[in-house]
Amino acid sequence: MRIYVPRDAAAKAVGAEAVAAAVRAEAAARGLPVELVRNGSRGMVWLEPLLEVETPAGRVAFGPVTRADVPALFDAGFGAHPKALGLTAEIPFLKKQTRLTFARVGVIDPLSLSEYEAHGGLAGLRKALALSPEAIVAEVTASGLRGRGGAGFPTGIKWKTVLGAEAPQKYVVCNADEGDSGTFADRMLMEGDPFTLIEGMAIAALAVGATRGYIYSRSEYPDANEVMAQAIVLARAAGVLGPDMLGSGRAFELELRVGAGAYVCGEETALLNSLEGKRGVVRAKPPIPALQGLFGQPTVVNNVLSLAAVPAILAEGGAAYAAHGIGRSRGTIPLQIAGNVKYGGLFETGFGITLGEIVNDIAGGTASGRPVKAVQVGGPLGAYHPQADFGLPFSYEDFAGSGGLVGHAGLVVHDDSVDMLRMARFALEFCAIESCGKCTPCRIGAVRGVEVVDRIAAGDAAAIPLLTDLCQTMKLGSLCALGGFTPYPVLSALTHFPDDFATLKEAAE
Amino acid sequence: MLPILHAVQAEFGHVPAEALPQIADALNISRAEAQGVMSFYHDFRDHPAGRHVLKICRAEACQAMGSDALAEVAKVRLGVDWHGTTPNGALTLEPVFCLGLCACAPAAMLDGQVIGRVDAARVDAIATEAGA
Repeated sequence: MRIYVPRDAAAKAVGAEAVAAAVRAEAAARGLPVELVRNGSRGMVWLEPLLEVETPAGRVAFGPVTRADVPALFDAGFGAHPKALGLTAEIPFLKKQTRLTFARVGVIDPLSLSEYEAHGGLAGLRKALALSPEAIVAEVTASGLRGRGGAGFPTGIKWKTVLGAEAPQKYVVCNADEGDSGTFADRMLMEGDPFTLIEGMAIAALAVGATRGYIYSRSEYPDANEVMAQAIVLARAAGVLGPDMLGSGRAFELELRVGAGAYVCGEETALLNSLEGKRGVVRAKPPIPALQGLFGQPTVVNNVLSLAAVPAILAEGGAAYAAHGIGRSRGTIPLQIAGNVKYGGLFETGFGITLGEIVNDIAGGTASGRPVKAVQVGGPLGAYHPQADFGLPFSYEDFAGSGGLVGHAGLVVHDDSVDMLRMARFALEFCAIESCGKCTPCRIGAVRGVEVVDRIAAGDAAAIPLLTDLCQTMKLGSLCALGGFTPYPVLSALTHFPDDFATLKEAAE
Repeated sequence: MLPILHAVQAEFGHVPAEALPQIADALNISRAEAQGVMSFYHDFRDHPAGRHVLKICRAEACQAMGSDALAEVAKVRLGVDWHGTTPNGALTLEPVFCLGLCACAPAAMLDGQVIGRVDAARVDAIATEAGA
């Protein structure tokens, strides 16, 4: 019997280790030959720990399972049980998705290279090894893939720039510094299907002529780092990485590096400085990292999700990927639904689904049962959207047009108990704590911003124009997105929820 | 430099002041640069933490599920503010901005072990178990 209990951090956080131990103990006590697989998460976090059993009809799921449920599950022969959910693939939350990047996450043993290959892994890399660098870049360009870290820059164009740069050494750097609140797709992918990221980086290396790569992850992700580090060792031992990738004679060495709690290191130039062993201070652009990146050499810096989308693009063709999505937002986007929601987790789908469909139909509204007041899209630097925005299709252009951003596609839902002035203050406080200090609008502006919000809270309405003016300065004058985008949550809170900025003043009067 | 600092902190629980000149020498950088790097990152401590470290997430997704109130409970229970250590050295309370557990918020991490859907009772149990 093959039983799956996820090793994903979100599953562990709600008791998966205890469930796994109980399964082992129960199988041993009954003398049953059980193969326990520690898979990634299917992304239905409200059902974690989600236990699955392989049957002739397919995998069946039980969840959320506690340690105490395990003996009864064995007694029932993993059949009828109050926690039975039926065939995993038929669970509506999963069935409605289009899983390209996350196709294997939750399905396979993350550290089994043979299962990885059996589920289509390495097909993209094999194809890339037979192509010229120009042809690989052309395929990625045709897919319409844009930077999933938040900036949305076309990946093919970035690669073309690095390919065209002459240098003795080029690098591929994966930005896995997923610090945005409400985002966890990078973590889930690294924990659930790390070979996909390795394969994507190897393809990027072939495309641009790089021979070394780094994954820059976070110290807040010990579980992801453990899986990723093991996967790199396994890939190297199997000849997927190393001096002779899959017997091609092409070299690519990959290393995992772990940050140290600085949010700003998710900004690509700060990340490069941190990788070089320096303070994680932002660099002025130009020069762009594609021409002068790590150690001054041409460097591809891509997000985990951008690189992890590449193997499928090479294997199935750029056109197949571009067939999903709307407008200039092509392909699929792994949405991360979090905060005060009934059904939180990862939902990969083509661009174009509306915000309202995500929040009401997929996430099932709030966990508290109270009305939704605001949805922050794109992390701590993303705008707060009111219910009036629920018709917005999920795409780079539509969100930019509404004064917001897609970011890393995390959505944090707040119910009507949230105080938006408090959230605006938090955005500025966070910016003040995390500012690298390089540019004045961010370093000083964030601190002054907190003070100005406090004045508004104390009833000084004259401070409101001061706040909008300050935000304008930060937006236009900051070197990077930290100072430049902090005005998004602040101004959207002020614009859409003015009552929260007036209550105390009115109370004072 | 970061791998070295992580290794030193893993060994000693903090980065002792006397370690920095040695790191600077080995990397052929100035002591000021070594100090600058170490002090930039929130993770590195210049003094030892308590025997256990409890990190509670302060980011938006956890706030939406009541992490602010939870943090207050923890501060009162432990009698410390952020970055504080209980007088008996049992537990240090630290803020963290996102553990990637946003769909099972509020989230916390005790000595590298992730915990989801944390409530006041859980904080109390953690504190008691840690001897705080």
